[in-house]
Amino acid sequence: MSDGRLSVFKTYKLYVGGKFPRSESGRVYEVTDSKGKWLANVPQSSRKDARDAVVAARKAFGGWSGATAYNRGQILYRVAEMLEGRREQFVREVAEAEGLSKSKAASVVDAAIDRWVWYAGWTDKIGQVVGGANPVAGPYLNLSTPEPTGVVTVLAPQESSLLGLVSVVAPVIAAGNTAVVVASADRPLPALSLGEVLATSDLPGGVVNILSGRTAELAAPLASHQDVNGIDLTGAADDADLAKELEAAAADNLKRVRRPQPVDGTDWSADPGTHRLTAFLETKTVWHPTGALGASGSSY
Amino acid sequence: MPTTAPPPKPSAASERGGSPFADATASDSALRRFLHGLPGVDTVGLEARAASLGTRSVKTTAKAYAIDLAISMIDLTTLEGADTPGKVRALAAKAVNPDPLDRTTPRTAAVCVYPDMARTAVAALSGSGVKVASVATAFPAGRAALDVKLADVRDAVAAGADEIDMVIDRGAFLSGRYLKVYEEIVAVKAECGSARLKVIFETGELSTYDNIRRASWLGMLAGADFVKTSTGKVATNATPANTLLMLEAVRDFREQTGVQVGVKPAGGIRTTKDAIKFLVLVNETAGEDWLDNHWFRFGASSLLNDLLMQRQKLSTGRYSGPDYVTVD
Repeated sequence: MSDGRLSVFKTYKLYVGGKFPRSESGRVYEVTDSKGKWLANVPQSSRKDARDAVVAARKAFGGWSGATAYNRGQILYRVAEMLEGRREQFVREVAEAEGLSKSKAASVVDAAIDRWVWYAGWTDKIGQVVGGANPVAGPYLNLSTPEPTGVVTVLAPQESSLLGLVSVVAPVIAAGNTAVVVASADRPLPALSLGEVLATSDLPGGVVNILSGRTAELAAPLASHQDVNGIDLTGAADDADLAKELEAAAADNLKRVRRPQPVDGTDWSADPGTHRLTAFLETKTVWHPTGALGASGSSY
Repeated sequence: MPTTAPPPKPSAASERGGSPFADATASDSALRRFLHGLPGVDTVGLEARAASLGTRSVKTTAKAYAIDLAISMIDLTTLEGADTPGKVRALAAKAVNPDPLDRTTPRTAAVCVYPDMARTAVAALSGSGVKVASVATAFPAGRAALDVKLADVRDAVAAGADEIDMVIDRGAFLSGRYLKVYEEIVAVKAECGSARLKVIFETGELSTYDNIRRASWLGMLAGADFVKTSTGKVATNATPANTLLMLEAVRDFREQTGVQVGVKPAGGIRTTKDAIKFLVLVNETAGEDWLDNHWFRFGASSLLNDLLMQRQKLSTGRYSGPDYVTVD
């Protein structure tokens, strides 16, 4: 400022269908840091933004779920590369949002980058871990293979604005689903900036769609939306009534629901395991006749 | 507001009680004089007016009314080389009962098929009140001899089609042989008998708005029951602007002759939002008299699914998805 240069404020926007629109409603709300200092105005999405995001996610589903697991892994790794390049920005945003020291925020961003790499490695391995040939008592070859659930709504955790967000979004798309993400209501800036990273990471538009706004307002139409196949309620963990309502609404078209876990017990830096990967996978099992078994026990 | 046509000149024919435009179609040069005497179209004004009418916000009960009206105006269309009797029957079933989960959903106006499928469609729709429209006259190019085109029309009428969708000879129109186009429409009309005749101008191939206005008047003078924008087979199909222009033409034609002609935009109308924009155009331009499926139609196939999804959203409060409508 000493050289008299005007500061350039960033307009935070949504990330829907590979584009950066403002909210259809034209609304914004103020986001502050942990001490209450104003940081930015961000779009306050409406249910129509949520609807548009679902349309974009559905459109992207065929291509993304049909891409080879190897290709999906490469793209997820690319996200890690891009995130690494913008490390400084994310360290600042995470520090401001979560009230962390710079060094603590830096280790959070490092963990978030590593999380992308972790899930990038899993894309072409999860199939072998949860699928495979099943032993059956009959002349059949019996194979199980995991397939993505479809369009998944993800309520990102309210507290952990980047590491928590990556930890819930990456497994959903690593498995081949497309995601509509509702960012943390009070700490949405790292999520909206992550949209910019995803847009430059070869990730097809619509695979991840990021909305900022009031969680309850956005979650309700998404939970009852007939074209959403699954919902992860992590972001509703601190509001048991809301979580219950959403679960009831989601039951209507038999959405797969991932129930919220207690906030206190969640350590996002811990080894994530595979349970988030398998939460939105459907097992397809194929019985293939092998013909009559000969005396040797095999017809081949 | 300026009307689009000059007042009819008093003529010997009108004094005898004939059509006020009998002179205009007496010869090729007279017809050309008449059509080129129509006022030029203000392109910027037309597009601005069409765009501004597209910004109306139609919500809740008005939207529910508009959706039901739009469904009842659809000519559910399948015009593919791969059409089979089975596909036509499936489409007919959908026309009669668009949303099997909600029997209050209105029927579509008609099913639109190729002439060889007309008989199948008639059999599938008998007694339902849904009409059968058949394209004819060597659709979509219209590049065939007149007797071939007329035979095509006779076939469709004999198969029981209630409506015939003909294409004009764009080559003749663009080279200025208006009387040839006129006589062809008159000849087709004569073959139609009681079937209503829709005349397709293929506005995307007419190049200018002036040509669309001329073609509309030419079609109406020749006895068209409907003027229709496009075949759906070229890059540019129905747009709000060219439909607005045709709506002005039918409005002015009724003012001067007392004869009401219908309008059918076809091709490229896929969403409920688009359809409602067209209904606003109809109401604000031609008027309420045209807000009926006897006088206004949508030539569409995928539009119906979007209307049904919006209808489900209004009745249940939940957003619907493509899993809950049929795939055609």
